[in-house]
Amino acid sequence: NDFRERNNDSGDAELRFVTCQSLWNKIKSETEQIQEDLNKQLFDNLGSFLRRSHSEFQEKTTKWTCRMKSREIPTAALVLGVNVTDHDLTFRSLSEVLQNNITPYIALLEAKDCPGIKNLMQKLMGQLMNCYIDVESLEDEDYVQVSQNRIRCSMTSLINWYKSVTKKTDSETPSKKRTSSSRHLQSPPVVVIFKDMESFSTKVLQDFVVISSQHIRELPLVLIFGIATSPMIIHSLLPHSVSSLLCIELFQSLSSKEHLSTIIDKLLLTAQFPFKLGEKVLQVLINIFLYHDFSVQNFIKGFQLCIVEHFYSQPLSVLCCQLVDLKKRVNSLSHDQCENIRRLPSFRRYVESQVSEKQIALLTADSFLKETIQKLLEDLHVYHENYVPVLRCLHVFTSSLPKYPLGKQIRELHCACLENRVWETKEYESCLQLARMLNKSDLVTMLQQCVEIFVSSSGKEFDKTVEKLKEFLTQFQKLEVAEAFQERDVSVSSQKELQKKTDLYHLQKTLLELKESRRSKKLTKFEMLRFEVVDYIDSLVRNYLVPADHKTLHEIVYFNTASVLRGHLNAAPRTALHTALNNPYCYLKNQALKSDGGSISNKAPDICIAYKLHLECGRLINLVDWLEAFSTVVMAVEGPNADAASSDQVDDIIHARFIRAVSELELLGFIKPSKQKTDHVARLTWGGC
Amino acid sequence: MPNLEHPAYPSATLLHLESLVPCRESQVSMLLSIFGERQQFSFPSIFIYGHTSSGKTYVMQTLLNTLQLPHVFVNCVEYFTSRLLLEEILIQLQSCSSETKQTSHVPCDTFNDFVRLFKQAVVSRELQDQTLYIVLDRAEQLREMEANILPAFLRLQELTDRNVTVVLLSEIVWELFRPNTGCFEPFTLYFPDYSIGHLQKILSQNHPPEYSVDFYAAYINILLGVFYMVCRDLKELQHLAALNFSKYCEPVVRGEASERDTRKLWKNIEPHLKKAMQTVYLREISSSQWERLQCDDREPGQLKGLSAHTHVELPYYSKFLLIAAYLASYNPVRTDKRFFLKHHGKIRKTNFMKKHEKISNLDDEMGTTRDGSS
Repeated sequence: NDFRERNNDSGDAELRFVTCQSLWNKIKSETEQIQEDLNKQLFDNLGSFLRRSHSEFQEKTTKWTCRMKSREIPTAALVLGVNVTDHDLTFRSLSEVLQNNITPYIALLEAKDCPGIKNLMQKLMGQLMNCYIDVESLEDEDYVQVSQNRIRCSMTSLINWYKSVTKKTDSETPSKKRTSSSRHLQSPPVVVIFKDMESFSTKVLQDFVVISSQHIRELPLVLIFGIATSPMIIHSLLPHSVSSLLCIELFQSLSSKEHLSTIIDKLLLTAQFPFKLGEKVLQVLINIFLYHDFSVQNFIKGFQLCIVEHFYSQPLSVLCCQLVDLKKRVNSLSHDQCENIRRLPSFRRYVESQVSEKQIALLTADSFLKETIQKLLEDLHVYHENYVPVLRCLHVFTSSLPKYPLGKQIRELHCACLENRVWETKEYESCLQLARMLNKSDLVTMLQQCVEIFVSSSGKEFDKTVEKLKEFLTQFQKLEVAEAFQERDVSVSSQKELQKKTDLYHLQKTLLELKESRRSKKLTKFEMLRFEVVDYIDSLVRNYLVPADHKTLHEIVYFNTASVLRGHLNAAPRTALHTALNNPYCYLKNQALKSDGGSISNKAPDICIAYKLHLECGRLINLVDWLEAFSTVVMAVEGPNADAASSDQVDDIIHARFIRAVSELELLGFIKPSKQKTDHVARLTWGGC
Repeated sequence: MPNLEHPAYPSATLLHLESLVPCRESQVSMLLSIFGERQQFSFPSIFIYGHTSSGKTYVMQTLLNTLQLPHVFVNCVEYFTSRLLLEEILIQLQSCSSETKQTSHVPCDTFNDFVRLFKQAVVSRELQDQTLYIVLDRAEQLREMEANILPAFLRLQELTDRNVTVVLLSEIVWELFRPNTGCFEPFTLYFPDYSIGHLQKILSQNHPPEYSVDFYAAYINILLGVFYMVCRDLKELQHLAALNFSKYCEPVVRGEASERDTRKLWKNIEPHLKKAMQTVYLREISSSQWERLQCDDREPGQLKGLSAHTHVELPYYSKFLLIAAYLASYNPVRTDKRFFLKHHGKIRKTNFMKKHEKISNLDDEMGTTRDGSS
């Protein structure tokens, strides 16, 4: 509904809002699906670990080895990488998976909730016993009535609870038993997940491990440590006497870089979604990822922001929809919207390239304009459909070249292609040169990969391309035999020549000739073919990898305002603070504050005045001087009354205002009390002095 | 070997007890003589200390259980607050005294309440004329509770006027317990570490039923030869022995060697144990993984330990921030300005070189001059 406020009637706000929502929902479910697929392996491993971990508990074996071995607590060390913001989602889906397949008894603990062992036990029991209530729904009212604080917060009550719960499931009606036992084990393990193991205090962890190891025979406990750094942290947090109580197995999640690659692959390099990211925007998102946090969640959030921003700020984004809806939407465009389109720079370029009658028709007749728009947008869609396979194909070539002139990842190549004509860059040039030196087996495998890409792509124009590539492949095969012969001939003949000539002069001469001839030698058939292949790929690139902003109407589907995104995601609090204090007009929009840089307006908030004055001082600020300067500035308003006030006593109110401003500055971290001189404060920032 | 003798208990029980606590006979007989006969008052509090796994808990438990002395056994780590601890003691008292009904638990917040409730509980017991033992394992935790808990436990007999003895088990010496205000001094008893001979004896006692004692003792001998240098923890050694025994038996099972063929067996097991020392013992790989490796007969090299994953990938800026923070932690605070600011004022080179150690003075000067000018 915010959409409507900004561009009231002309913007089809309602429709844009709905489109945006549905698009986002689609993308969201897609990302969740991707995440699920990526985590599947990890969760399967964890699941089998949990099943295995207490098999002895299930069987109640009395074998000698089992009796002699100390019972360790099965522990999964789950290394998740430094992208802490992603962990939450992983844990949520993990506990969901476990709940569905293995055990209903799961407790998720966070370090911030457990400063002491007591809090940890409370949290643990609360979660476990509640989950029991959830599972068994409202059947046993009496259990619910046992209030939380009446249960003794100790391991014994936990064990009693566990016994009662498992006994109950055993004695249930057969029908129900079947359903529960099909999903869970007979005595399901109790899983305790430490989300952020590094932040737990060592004492709490140690105590918990020691306590639970005492009862491991009665309570089948499994620990899962969520680790952000390296599994060595377990040994540095826990002394040997404690870690010897654990039976630690390591599980590693997929690195977030690979996760991102998959996300980019599935969300951006596809014609499935009408919305596209411009080069700068994508670069900002990727940079935040690589330089700051490695967080895929933040990347997706950024992507969401792009979508919202695009649909919010671009009235024409109403046309950014699936191809099936396009015709209807184009036809229902209002006149204002048509004008909006005419104002688009890319459309104006398009108009200028047309013949004059057509230009007039485009600029005056809405109906003709709509037809053209539809055609152009369809072209754009086809462009996307073709763009992706060709990009992948080019990536097959560039990703195997030494030193990766165009980048190792497909996202780098994508950015390069979006930025400008990739074939005009130096990197592309060197790529081609390197590609012309590829050996045959590599070339053949690459061509095969390209064929696969084109065959599986949805683009309709690639039949010919596939044919051509296949033709290359057969030619390579034919060459194989002929080439072998030729090679041998050449080497034999040259060797013979060498043997004939014996004296030094002639030898030198023949060697020179040989070298000369090799340089200007006619290319072998293989080399010719290789050139052809590379040229053909080059032509594909020139045809299909035209940068998007050369396309007409690209503004409709591409979000390109990177500055907005950067402002939202990559905030610079220091600069913002400085601006606010130095130039309050920037935020307050009060005309009275609008002033030219140098002077200090007395209408500014007190803190701004104090801040500006403090900028002029050195490392140590004399509070008395500062107060005097402050009162001078403030008093400057009451020009005539100045005489009265200028008596050496400073007004109490002004004094109080000054003190408040100073303490606010202290709170913001600009100054601190100094121990060197009692009536001075020390500056903590250097800026401007 | 000092045989356990005590007039109060039948000699068969004592003999059984002796077989259960090898290498701890002297301590047990000492304890028995302190305990006296069942109805006799014993020393009010006994403090037993000794290194990890020197058998304190085990000896106390077996002693009290075999002689069927009434007792309460509480681990102070598990009951981490005084309230939990006291309530647990009362609950255990109730359950061991009256088999009739499980009364709902009574809140017990202070030691005063505890003494009152304790008296009630003991009165209701049939066995009033027996000494009751309260064993507090990991007693060092008591120091972190309220200040009155430890002294009160030490003189519980006096406070309750009942026949009760408190036994404290700890890994640290009594001197570290003694509160500043002074308290009743308990009888202290030291459990020395097991020697290698003791370990050998204790470990060989629990031999698997399928194999003879001698065979297992030879195995334990080899095991101790490898591990005694690094580990004297009985529990850990027992665990390791159980883990690796199947590997030791392998040649016998396959029929390549007889049980007497010690040299062959040694050759088979020794490198294996050394590997175990580097991996399982350090918890580099877990014992269940180790067992699976043994079953599959693979090289443990294939399985990477925890320390193999030390590589941490960091985002670009975080990496440099971390390095910079590390480097900057070596700079004195006063030099920040000169290192990080573009226009930090002139430093006279000769002066700087000469008075390198007097940087702070120089900075002070500069500060004052600027102050004066502004």
